[in-house]
Amino acid sequence: MSSAIEVDALHKAYGDVLAVDDVSFTVEHGECLALLGPNGAGKTTTTEILEGYRKADSGSARVLGVDPAKGDLTWKARLGIVLQADRDLGDLTVRETVSHFADYFPDSRDPDEVIAAVGLTEKAKARNGKLSGGQRRRLDVALGILGRPEVLFLDEPTTGFDPAARRDFWTLIEQLKAEGTTILLTTHYLEEAERLADRVAVIARGRIVACDAPGRIGNRADAQAIVSWREGDIDLTEATSEPTDFVRALAERFDGEIPALQVHRPTLEEIYLSLLKMEEER
Amino acid sequence: MNRAITLGRRRIVLELRQFFRDRESALFNFMLPMILLVIFGSVFANQEIGFGDITFAQYFLAGMIASGILYTSFQNLAIAIPMERDDSTLKRLAGLPMPKAAYFIGKAGMVFVAYLAQVIILLIVGVLFFGINLPSTADRWFTFAWVSVLGLLSCTLLGIAFSVVPRQGKGASAIVAPIVLVLQFTSGVFFVFNDLPTWMQNFASIFPLKWLTQTMRYVFLPDGAEVIEVAGEWQLGLSALVLTAWTIGGLVLALLVFRWAPRGER
Repeated sequence: MSSAIEVDALHKAYGDVLAVDDVSFTVEHGECLALLGPNGAGKTTTTEILEGYRKADSGSARVLGVDPAKGDLTWKARLGIVLQADRDLGDLTVRETVSHFADYFPDSRDPDEVIAAVGLTEKAKARNGKLSGGQRRRLDVALGILGRPEVLFLDEPTTGFDPAARRDFWTLIEQLKAEGTTILLTTHYLEEAERLADRVAVIARGRIVACDAPGRIGNRADAQAIVSWREGDIDLTEATSEPTDFVRALAERFDGEIPALQVHRPTLEEIYLSLLKMEEER
Repeated sequence: MNRAITLGRRRIVLELRQFFRDRESALFNFMLPMILLVIFGSVFANQEIGFGDITFAQYFLAGMIASGILYTSFQNLAIAIPMERDDSTLKRLAGLPMPKAAYFIGKAGMVFVAYLAQVIILLIVGVLFFGINLPSTADRWFTFAWVSVLGLLSCTLLGIAFSVVPRQGKGASAIVAPIVLVLQFTSGVFFVFNDLPTWMQNFASIFPLKWLTQTMRYVFLPDGAEVIEVAGEWQLGLSALVLTAWTIGGLVLALLVFRWAPRGER
């Protein structure tokens, strides 16, 4: 069986600006791929081509084996789209909205269960226009997962969430993953990508700079660790590719506790920023 | 097609909820004719217009019902759809497994129901406060029915087509409202049509509103009142012809120009 999403040599320009420049990647069934990149890097354009909203200039895209530019209603029923929209449907209540949108899908989830899953039960009778930014995003997520999508597009889903709501959202997405949903996620939160994504692709200026598992991207697994500790009043650090040996030697020298010991591996954020920096200097 | 009709019916309910809950739209498209009828009807309650004892209030009622067609269909849609294009309503719908026809069925259904409710209230106000007599012949009611349907169809389609004109949703009312106002002034709504300069009468005769008001006067004014018409007769056949032409033209135009995405997004 082919991959859930296949993108090959995709190009898209707006006037003179090349928004997507030779982007290729695949997302397997049940996999979660996170697209990371600064604003204007081409994440949303790529996503919107796959959702069928925009036409690529050249290259090919397939979602569930179908060219998104030619997707029919049966194809659309297998997708879930979480838009970056927060002003529409303001005069309807949460429950009216979710119940109505459930009508569009052949096998939709129970509206009240979806409202509960995104944590909006207490707001079910509130007008959408009165929701806070984070609550409004959760409504968008509810509408995106309502139709039991095989492929779910999440465009910056947790913008405006408080930390607790973000964790609840991650749990929800992990449940969807466990059910086999394929997910294409764009986000600015590296922690979110690390938690949810099986692989991350870093996009800069319309090109994919790196694509790998969050723990391996940009040679993260092989990168040097920073060991820091204190001797007397002085803080010391040492960059090493063999931190375990180094710490063992330190422990022998101190004969017990090493004061203020830290072993620091580069975070996804550090790797991401260094990848962008390398791309800029290129 | 069945699916478009099923979903379209559900969209009518949704559209009506949004129409009446949005204060601006409820006031501007729905309440306005009643407010104007009360004001103009009271100011000119006893002013006779040159045939029998017909007052301007009676003449004005016909104009307000005809205006109601324009308000609930053209003005409503030409403002609401650009806003929906701006706030991603249309984008959201385009990403759903929804036959596109369902959206237009929802809009048209909303327009018909809103107009019907508006006419009923206008007639109640007219009968109770301005001594207006309801038509007594089946023939007049039949004319009322067809002119309403043709007017709503043509102006709904024109509203859908015109929705591509405003660059942004929030500026739409500033473009649409003056157009409606000019048509009302030139089509015999605020003034007796016969009193207008000929060039103005000719200008208004191009557009649907003049024919809607004239036919509504046939419905609501007594026999013989056609002597105060410019042509000296009701011209029902011509009216039907003009409105049918606008309906066909509106359909072609809407099919040609309607866009789901904002300008520059494709």
